[in-house]
Amino acid sequence: MRLRSGFGLLALVAATIAVAFLVLPVVAIFADVSPGRLLDALGETSAREALWLSLRTSLLAMLIVVVIGTPAAYLLSLRRFRGRALVLTAIELPLVMPPAVAGIALLAALGPNGVLGGWIEDAGLELVFQTAGVVVALVFVSAPFFLRQAIAAFAALDPRLPEAARTLGAGPFRVFATVAVPGARQGIASGLALAWGRALGEFGATLLFAGSLEGVTQTAPLAIFSEFSRPGGFDAALALSAVLIVASALILIGVKLLGADRAIEDPAAEGAR
Amino acid sequence: MPLREFELSLELAVEPGERLALAGPSGAGKTTLLRIVAGLTRPASGRVAIDEEVWLDTAARREVPAERRRCGVVFQDHALFPTLSAWRNVAYGMGGQRRGRRERAEELLGRFGIAALAEAHPGSLSGGERQRVALARALATEPRALLLDEPLSALDPGTRREAQRELQRFLAELPIPVLLVTHSREEAALLADRVAVVERGRIVSEEALRPAGDHRDR
Repeated sequence: MRLRSGFGLLALVAATIAVAFLVLPVVAIFADVSPGRLLDALGETSAREALWLSLRTSLLAMLIVVVIGTPAAYLLSLRRFRGRALVLTAIELPLVMPPAVAGIALLAALGPNGVLGGWIEDAGLELVFQTAGVVVALVFVSAPFFLRQAIAAFAALDPRLPEAARTLGAGPFRVFATVAVPGARQGIASGLALAWGRALGEFGATLLFAGSLEGVTQTAPLAIFSEFSRPGGFDAALALSAVLIVASALILIGVKLLGADRAIEDPAAEGAR
Repeated sequence: MPLREFELSLELAVEPGERLALAGPSGAGKTTLLRIVAGLTRPASGRVAIDEEVWLDTAARREVPAERRRCGVVFQDHALFPTLSAWRNVAYGMGGQRRGRRERAEELLGRFGIAALAEAHPGSLSGGERQRVALARALATEPRALLLDEPLSALDPGTRREAQRELQRFLAELPIPVLLVTHSREEAALLADRVAVVERGRIVSEEALRPAGDHRDR
């Protein structure tokens, strides 16, 4: 496209506005908080606790999402059954569900008076106002991001590859582990990045389902809001925000590097993209 | 919308060491037949057996899954695993110790003259080299039968003639039944002892090109 044409100029203006609008708030956080203030704010126990909790709960949530989500996505990508479209839509619903609604839905399902509340209590588990509840909320809101990408990646696999593996004696699990997962790894990695990013930023569902107890359920986003609501807490909110931005950016960059790295190892994938 | 609608209805027997070519127009059911033999497609009814072992008998509700048939397949586009190096592709179907697998894989690649490419990934191999890896991989399991689906179609005309001769020499030495699909009558004549022409799911003609086991080049 020639940039000097009328439409070319218009598109250039649109691109400039889009990039500026998306980048400016991020830059502003770092412009607003000096490294010294950032370190001071992070020196506070509550901020460190919140970050540590966010890291622990989101990592655990990702572990659950990957371990259960990967074979689930594989099955859903392979099988054609009646009601498949309905199932796929249902698992994507949390993507568009307002987070507060997700929190209410989790309470209705797993809360003390929820549909499965009795069973959970009988099993000796406690979720509401507990760190475990945070993990449940994170899994609920982030899993659809992972599943969507993983299902698409498995569906895009060349069907001959699993077939070739079978003729070489590989049973279903070996086909899954040695052919399907490596073939779909880029989609799986990008799904994981999206899910992890979503989990790190989770606010509404966690607040409603698990509450905001310092050191127990108060993740970094909840701590940001808590600091923000406290008179004179804006600096601390800024500092925590800066750390979350860095963490999110690292995840994004890490995943992109992972994808690029693999492409060098595997020239066929390079051509396919 | 199905591309074609006809019943695949035929009966074939291939002797050990015999090479049978299935020729005929595309969409005639040749590949489907190979897939049924390999266990990748299940027909509504039919029977597949090798020696005394029944792989499929729909009447008796018997079916051996593809992974337990030990039926070597060379796919049309070779279907090499893109994330694995050539020797790992070949070793994929081998049993036994890890160390021994690598040695045996390289030995097999050597038989096809590409031992030097053991570490190369399929993406960096030429069509002819990929075909040889695919053959080596199919044979690495010491298969009881070998199926080849248009084994030379992915090659450009320049390398095709040489690959044809190479494949001819190689298939002639195999002591197992070989079933190959081709749409080229000429290729069938070069590679096989017998050719069956398939059209719309039926064998319309069958012709012995040379006595089975007569492996003289023509």
